[in-house]
Amino acid sequence: MENRMELRFDALPQNEAFARVTIAAFAVQLSPTLPEMADLKTAVSEAVTNAIVHGYGNEGGVVELIAFYGDDRQLTVQIRDTGCGIRDVEAAMQPFYSTGDGAERSGMGFCVMQTFMDAVEVDSTPGEGTTVTMRKFILGEAGLYRERMLDEIG
Amino acid sequence: MIAYREPVTVVIGGELDHCSAPRIRQQLDDLLADERVVHVVLDLENLTFMDSSGIGVLLGRLRLLSARGGSLSVKGMRPSVEKLFRLSGLDRVIGIMDSRKAGRA
Repeated sequence: MENRMELRFDALPQNEAFARVTIAAFAVQLSPTLPEMADLKTAVSEAVTNAIVHGYGNEGGVVELIAFYGDDRQLTVQIRDTGCGIRDVEAAMQPFYSTGDGAERSGMGFCVMQTFMDAVEVDSTPGEGTTVTMRKFILGEAGLYRERMLDEIG
Repeated sequence: MIAYREPVTVVIGGELDHCSAPRIRQQLDDLLADERVVHVVLDLENLTFMDSSGIGVLLGRLRLLSARGGSLSVKGMRPSVEKLFRLSGLDRVIGIMDSRKAGRA
């Protein structure tokens, strides 16, 4: 069965938690494990924070969260802003890359998304905005058994 | 001024993200304004969520403490927090006191 959701919310820091809880509630339908759920929430948190801080420069705007899945249990999550865009996506995705605005930023946002999700694509046009598309297979308990088996094999 | 020999334990609960980071950073810095505080242990048992904004907060406090010859450690991390902690290499600079086994919840 296919299922899709779309949500639009103001680019405010308090909506980072709102976006995390929303994606978690949507993903529950795929019966994820707790680690899968934590990965998903963290990745979404990073992308939404990027939209608020970098896309809109903390000046407000609207962030879109779109999610869908099909029978293959692959969950796709898109976070879209119509902010300033990223001039050099490849550079921005390097670990420890930071815009150096003086705040204590780790520069790990994209690295976290890439590690916690199966695939991350960034589509950005300077002056028009950024769409981050992330995909993750939600395997649920079956994935847990696979991990345990791999652990035992060493 | 004589530094406290014993570490000061600070409990951080709830969620540490870009939204809560300024408040948590400020509270920690209020504590660190007392220069006798050189060793700090963060009790993260009740920290249910952390993203990369938290990494920045921890690294910033580590820098302050290192500058006065001190140390920063953490304890009680949940598996999800610990995963991020290790991914970002914080485990190489911040001690983990009683790391929970990497058990699956």
